Amino acid sequence: MGDLPPYPERPPQQPPDRRTSQASQRQYSRDQVQPPAADPEEGQQIAPDAQRNTPGWSQRGSLSQQESLLMPRAFQAEEARIGSMEYPSMNTGFPLEFQPQPYSDESRIQAAEVTTSLMQRLQQGQSSLFQQLDSTFPEPPVNPLDPFNLYQTDHFSEGAQHGPYIRDDPALQFSPSELGFPRYSAEVPEPEPLELAVQNAKAYLLQTSISCDLSLYEHLVNLLTKILNQRPEDPLSVLESLNRTTQWEWFHPKLDTLRDDPEMQPTYEMAEKQKALFTRSGGGAEGEQEMEEEVGETPVPNIMETAFYFEQAGVGLSSDESFRIFLAMKQLAEQQPIHTCRFWGKILGMNRSYLVAEVEFREGEEEAEEEEVEEMTEGGEVMEAHGEEEGEEDEEKAVDIIPKPVWKPPPVIPKEESRSGANKYLYFVCNEPGLPWTRLPHVTPAQIVNARKIKKFFTGYLDAPVVSYPPFPGNEGNYLRAQIARISAATQVSPLGFYQFSEEEGDEEEEGGAGRDSYEENPDFEGIPVLELVDSMANWVHHTQHILPQGRCTWVNPLQKTEEEEDLGEEEEKADEGPEEVEQEVGPPLLTPLSEDAEIMHLAPWTTRLSCSLCPQYSVAVVRSNLWPGAYAYASGKKFENIYIGWGHKYSPENFNPALPAPIQQEYPSGPEIMEMSDPTVEEEQALKAAQEQALGATEEEEEGEEEEEGEETDD
Amino acid sequence: MDADSLLLSLELVSGSGQGLSPDRRASLLTSLMLVKRDYRYDRVLFWGRILGLVADYYIAQGLSEDQLAPRKTLYRGAPLLSPQVQIKEETRLVSVIDQIDKAVAIIPRGALFKTPFGPTHVNRTFEGLSLSEAKKLSSYFHFREPVELKNKTLLEKADLDPSLDFMDSLEHDIPKGSWSIQMERGNALVVLRSLLWPGLTFYHAPRTKHYGYIYVGTGEKNMDLPFML
Repeated sequence: MGDLPPYPERPPQQPPDRRTSQASQRQYSRDQVQPPAADPEEGQQIAPDAQRNTPGWSQRGSLSQQESLLMPRAFQAEEARIGSMEYPSMNTGFPLEFQPQPYSDESRIQAAEVTTSLMQRLQQGQSSLFQQLDSTFPEPPVNPLDPFNLYQTDHFSEGAQHGPYIRDDPALQFSPSELGFPRYSAEVPEPEPLELAVQNAKAYLLQTSISCDLSLYEHLVNLLTKILNQRPEDPLSVLESLNRTTQWEWFHPKLDTLRDDPEMQPTYEMAEKQKALFTRSGGGAEGEQEMEEEVGETPVPNIMETAFYFEQAGVGLSSDESFRIFLAMKQLAEQQPIHTCRFWGKILGMNRSYLVAEVEFREGEEEAEEEEVEEMTEGGEVMEAHGEEEGEEDEEKAVDIIPKPVWKPPPVIPKEESRSGANKYLYFVCNEPGLPWTRLPHVTPAQIVNARKIKKFFTGYLDAPVVSYPPFPGNEGNYLRAQIARISAATQVSPLGFYQFSEEEGDEEEEGGAGRDSYEENPDFEGIPVLELVDSMANWVHHTQHILPQGRCTWVNPLQKTEEEEDLGEEEEKADEGPEEVEQEVGPPLLTPLSEDAEIMHLAPWTTRLSCSLCPQYSVAVVRSNLWPGAYAYASGKKFENIYIGWGHKYSPENFNPALPAPIQQEYPSGPEIMEMSDPTVEEEQALKAAQEQALGATEEEEEGEEEEEGEETDD
Repeated sequence: MDADSLLLSLELVSGSGQGLSPDRRASLLTSLMLVKRDYRYDRVLFWGRILGLVADYYIAQGLSEDQLAPRKTLYRGAPLLSPQVQIKEETRLVSVIDQIDKAVAIIPRGALFKTPFGPTHVNRTFEGLSLSEAKKLSSYFHFREPVELKNKTLLEKADLDPSLDFMDSLEHDIPKGSWSIQMERGNALVVLRSLLWPGLTFYHAPRTKHYGYIYVGTGEKNMDLPFML
């Protein structure tokens, strides 16, 4: 308090009151002009702050060097605004009686008011700070810059400490600090040069460029407001990023509620689709009936329970994803005539992934579609048969008999019937829960054989072509189905005893020991203790049939002639019947224990684990396939389940070697009637020609000689 | 992934199928906390899990204040002591982790920034990529010292922001197409999976600051990648 400059006596209250009341009147009129955005808050907040500020201001007598520098700058900025010509009409409203002396008083008072309220609002963080302060200031005419004025700003700022002037509160017009102002009248020269400088500076700050609407002034206002609103710790270090964010926000305002955000559109669409999953079919009145019906049997298994067990093993999708999958499968069950279904797993792709459901239709349901497909293929075959016959006729008519090609395509191995072998189950895929399910076609042996030779990533689109060598007969949907078949055959396992063979006679003698292909659940299954399951692989068995090298589960002799083939070209076939004998392929029978599986280069094909080593009594036995990474099975008590989540490829310790192209085909063999010789060269031809001419000339001479002799004889 | 947001991260990365069982999660949370305390790391990342024949390794990495400084790697698991093999399994493990890190550890653009003094810092005002940016490979960088950056032409460099674009982006990775970029969870999550090192999964929720990567796999490079694309 000691360094406050002494105040001269305050002049009578009336002029300041008059001035302030007039000023406040002017402010009110201005307020109506300006958008009173922060007005009500300001009015409320200033009043309590004023009381606080008064002692605070007086304590701030000793301003630090920085603050004193800061304040005049702010003050100058203020003055710059004051000097702006936003309200030119106000300039003319100055009564002439405000001569320099009292005028300077008022301007100083106003300046002080401005600065103090500026500081107050800095504390309160009002966004329209400067704009509001603008209204508090009258519009004095500005003078050219006088260097002397600059030094006076310190006095101004110090004086400002003592004047927490609140424009709206009439009670504070009588604050004692205002008593001290008029004493400056004798010391300070005209403020006009200062005003001009400030105005110039402010005008410069307010200018906007052609490219953007934002002026530096406004940007700084936004930035400081943001900082004061958010109060980050250590604001100096985050200043640059805040700067960037503020600029960004100016150009990307929050869209109003009527317009949609274009970027989020696909997200919202997807959410809509998934929301449809959650709504129940049927109206509210039927709700009770549905409850009763739904409690009964549904073909959809308890996916959440499975997901829980797999989670114990550290495998599987998250629980909300599993729930969505459950709802999607429920939807599938409603759309298709399904007898049983199961979540098979997830195959990852490059652009999208596939969720696969293994499904068994009810009896007789799927045959309709199958027949349509078969008719189309049969029609194709008949057309080809006609074509061949006509071709043969044409060939016979031609004069030159072109040697008929000896090559015949290898016989097509027929695909397995539905519900048997590799086509035992039907598979449906979708990319995400909520999207419609697509049915995958049955797999043919040719596709499986080819799938074993190639290794390709899935793109996520079922109709994408599979570009490979050897060329894959089908598109990605077929390749996916083939891989699903291979994975199922290799990795679907269950604890020993869960399934048993159904009691049927004569099974073993069929088809040369192809083995039984049907099993049923064992009602007496007691469950195997988890520790035993983990210890020995003999406690687990495959319950899907192994796929033979032919591509089928049951062997078919490809040389067996069907009736159609016998109709065509019998002669040709008889020639072929020679030494081609195909050995029957045999694979391990159903329900083979895993301990019989072949090793992969000294690597065990399966790894077993307890889900939790810390509490073995409650844990679950987990089996992981090393041959097909991503295939897992768990068993606990009487429950077990399989799942596959992965890329869909087999593991091979060696690098992948693509099939080599076929060897070059042989041309027709050289024989006496067809022999390849090189053409004679030009010299040889000329030599031959010359020799021929000589021979010709010799014979002509002989003839002439003979004629002459004859001619001579007749003359005698 | 950051040890602080381990549970959320594991939830988001579960689309790849491999995760952690609840007991592992619990023990990891505790041990990562202890690691952070004992080694005085600024950030601890749970790097992933390497599947072994008999047991798995759980790997954690510690980062100091400078994000690009060499990281310390810690593992937990029982190394096999096989006297026949020339290399100790521990060495092999470390080299595999290093290879994977150098090849496929990634970070979204803007998550780290470089100060003029040198060290890189976590960007606390990183609000996430927008949806359109999240689907582009160029918005993701390798989390390592840049290798290809200096080979860029001046024209390309003119568009870069030196405080944000100081690492290699994924655009020019060879072979092209070795990253699979997908949206999951109904478009609310972008997941990048490496096809070169199958098992590496990176996730990011656009417009939020959640991101991270984890490796769960056998630690083998997919040398057949060119045939598979």
